[in-house]
Amino acid sequence: MADETPFLRLTGISKRFGGVKALDGIDWDVKRGEIHCLVGENGCGKSTLIKAVVGVHAPSSGTIEIDGADVPVLDPARAKALGIQVIFQDLSLFPNLSVAENIAIENHLEHALKPVRKERLRGVARDVLRRLNFDLDLSTIVSDLSVAERQIVAIARGLAAQARLIFMDEPTASLTRAEVNRLLAIVSRLKADGIAVVFVSHRLDEVVEIAERVTVMRDGRKVGTWPVAEVDQKRIAHLMTGLDIDHSIVARDMGDAPELLHVEKLSRRGEFADIDFTLHQGEVLGIIGLLGSGRTELALTLFGMHRADAGAITLDGKPLRLSSNRDAVEAGIAYVSEDRLGLGVILPQSIGDNIILAVMKQLAGRFGLIATKSRQKLADDWVKRLSIKVAGTDRPVQTLSGGNQQRVVLAKWLATRPKVLILDSPTVGVDIKNKQGIYEVVAELARQGVGVILISDEVSEVFATCDRVLHMRSGRIIGAEVPGQVSEHEMEERIYA
Amino acid sequence: MPDDRSAFSLKALRRRPEMWLLAVILVVGTVFALAARDFLSLPNIIDLLETYSVQSIMAMGLFVVLVSGGIDISFAATASVAQYCAALIATQLGLPAPLVIVAGLLIGTALGCVNAALIHKMRITSIIATIAMMSISFSLLMYFSSGKSIYTLPDWWTDRIVFYQTETAVGDLVRITLPIVTMMVVALFTWAWMTRSSIGRQLYAMGGNPEAARRIGIGIGKLHFVAYGYLGFMAALAGLVQAHRVGESVPNAMYNTELAVLSAAVLGGASLTGGIGTVPGVLLGIVLLAMLQNGLNLLGVSSYFFQIVIGITILISTSITVLSSRRGRRHRIIAEAPGNG
Ligand SMILES: Nc1ncnc2c1ncn2[C@@H]1O[C@H](COP(=O)(O)OP(=O)(O)OP(=O)(O)O)[C@@H](O)[C@H]1O
Ligand SMILES: [Mg+2]
Repeated sequence: MADETPFLRLTGISKRFGGVKALDGIDWDVKRGEIHCLVGENGCGKSTLIKAVVGVHAPSSGTIEIDGADVPVLDPARAKALGIQVIFQDLSLFPNLSVAENIAIENHLEHALKPVRKERLRGVARDVLRRLNFDLDLSTIVSDLSVAERQIVAIARGLAAQARLIFMDEPTASLTRAEVNRLLAIVSRLKADGIAVVFVSHRLDEVVEIAERVTVMRDGRKVGTWPVAEVDQKRIAHLMTGLDIDHSIVARDMGDAPELLHVEKLSRRGEFADIDFTLHQGEVLGIIGLLGSGRTELALTLFGMHRADAGAITLDGKPLRLSSNRDAVEAGIAYVSEDRLGLGVILPQSIGDNIILAVMKQLAGRFGLIATKSRQKLADDWVKRLSIKVAGTDRPVQTLSGGNQQRVVLAKWLATRPKVLILDSPTVGVDIKNKQGIYEVVAELARQGVGVILISDEVSEVFATCDRVLHMRSGRIIGAEVPGQVSEHEMEERIYA
Repeated sequence: MPDDRSAFSLKALRRRPEMWLLAVILVVGTVFALAARDFLSLPNIIDLLETYSVQSIMAMGLFVVLVSGGIDISFAATASVAQYCAALIATQLGLPAPLVIVAGLLIGTALGCVNAALIHKMRITSIIATIAMMSISFSLLMYFSSGKSIYTLPDWWTDRIVFYQTETAVGDLVRITLPIVTMMVVALFTWAWMTRSSIGRQLYAMGGNPEAARRIGIGIGKLHFVAYGYLGFMAALAGLVQAHRVGESVPNAMYNTELAVLSAAVLGGASLTGGIGTVPGVLLGIVLLAMLQNGLNLLGVSSYFFQIVIGITILISTSITVLSSRRGRRHRIIAEAPGNG
């Protein structure tokens, strides 16, 4: 223990956005080469803290020290020069550029006039991806990638440059467990190289697995920092929310309830084949499978975004022909997509407008006009039911924290009062308290007779919320299980086998 | 891999329109060649090249601004102002050629930088800022010149410079002249600069995601000046070349060319939302417009009809590119159907 000066020390950092105080007097430090986890509910200020440190948002007050020396005002370029890298929650990739160029983008920053050597870019990108043990085609344009692949590109970019501190803002949000494990292994290796990592995640199992110290935030303040040995998942959850949360099994046998949705021999070339299942009224059916198992493609087809090549879908005993998602919405199917931020919301528009987006037709009175009052009421109602943390429903969605944006999308679809609700990884990036909130909404909808299809890759999630769980792999359903009849551990074994 | 592309890949779909454009050009070219005999003759083609060299030079500048995520409507006015001022300097002050040329180019670049300042420093949307600049600079030009043309340009400016000439079998003279060479040099430079230099790639990055560009430490402000300054420079160069071709400086000669150039760039696959486009694409866009105009001319069709055809061509060619790439790629290997084991 020669030198105990922390790499980064913050004193009294505050940040206001208009009337909202997103950070309130944060004192915090990150030691050299430590793995430090940052946790807290949605909207508590984790991302804002990171952005304040690297100068994406200038803090309203407070001081930042690096290596024991005061740094006046950081901007992104200077933060980089000091060895601070960020993997942003929204990824901040360049959709128009190739994978290689996105990963090695910093090569372009060295000298403005230096010629670009494509081979060098590719070399840098190839090395990082190899270190991460991921295989991505280097010349693919990023807008052609799936969400998970984009996340990997963002991670690779953060690792490509020389760094002494890497902030990772929910890097595992769209990754599946197998990929998460690879990332966690990398993080440990970074530590061995003396690089500090600040890791933000809502998956507390990851947190206790890798962290050395954990900092809990709540409403823009720091609750405290603990060595991980002194806290466990339950304690962290309690510190974050002030509540005790337990997961108990809710599985009911819904076999006698009327059939709602029946899918027979559904296939789509190259994506999935021979999918058979029945969803009953009021049932919560889980579909679990790894990334690339075809679960999202199946959901998109059920929602009419893609067309099946073969097979039949029956809703309420009537055959369903879906040529677009509008047909699906009209038939009473709602779909909350996995890539909420890409597909789900119109960021610059107000929260209220986003919530009523899918029900405008029903709200419209004569002449197709929508009464401000009924719009307001609907929006307020859903904001309350999903406890979305907003300053007002007239604020643009982009001012919300990531997790709260997600709940706006959920509200939008719930407002359509669907018969069948398809949720694709609905709690990715949502904090535990609000995960619980979403599960409660799901349970409540099921009690009202809505059939819910919950797509997920978290076993604990389907285990605690579903009546039945289908297991998908390589485009086929390879098994069905009932939580309680098999244990969570057994289910996990089968999925990751 | 989740296949959620189809819904938002409009950008992705517009990526490789050059191939389609080339096909359309071949079809249109064949039709015209069959209908009008002169169309495919070498002199006609070279003549077309020279006629459209001015627009192509401007298009190269505009391309850079479009890639950076902006738009500029004022470049034709900039070209006129730079050309007229240079003409005044040459005729009234009698300065030597290099000084006149440098002055003209500087004026253009400076006007481009004013645009950049308005857009970056004052945060005015680029289309609004440049429309305003277009009105202002063009009106000032008309006011101070009273619309009078300058016919007495010095000889160094108006003398034809021929780099290569040959006679065809039929006895027509074919010449590769200064405007054509300038256009080629500009296109080559722009292409190399945008694909091979760090600044060029930074411009693409900024056009693709400005906030992300800021976050990784790209100097957004500087890039605005580079892009709009480059367009200003190219506009002025185009203005000088235009006066060289016609032998006089007419204040409103280039009025209205901005929309033709913009259509060509968009036709060639440059995205109005930024980050997407290539130099060959934009050049092909100009080729198509030039062919349509010239071909219809040779066929004796009214110029209003030409505008209609341009509109329809833009609609068709952009929809073709969208439709052609809509077939998403599917590449999952589906497991074997489970047997009875
Ligand atoms: N650009 C902005 N303008 C206005 N308010 C903002 C802006 N960015 C963040 N906020 C507000 O600051 C607060 C903290 O947001 P932040 O994104 O830091 O939360 P977070 O802890 O990262 O949450 P999550 O887990 O959902 O990502 C929120 O109340 C959010 O609405
Ligand atoms: Mg966040």
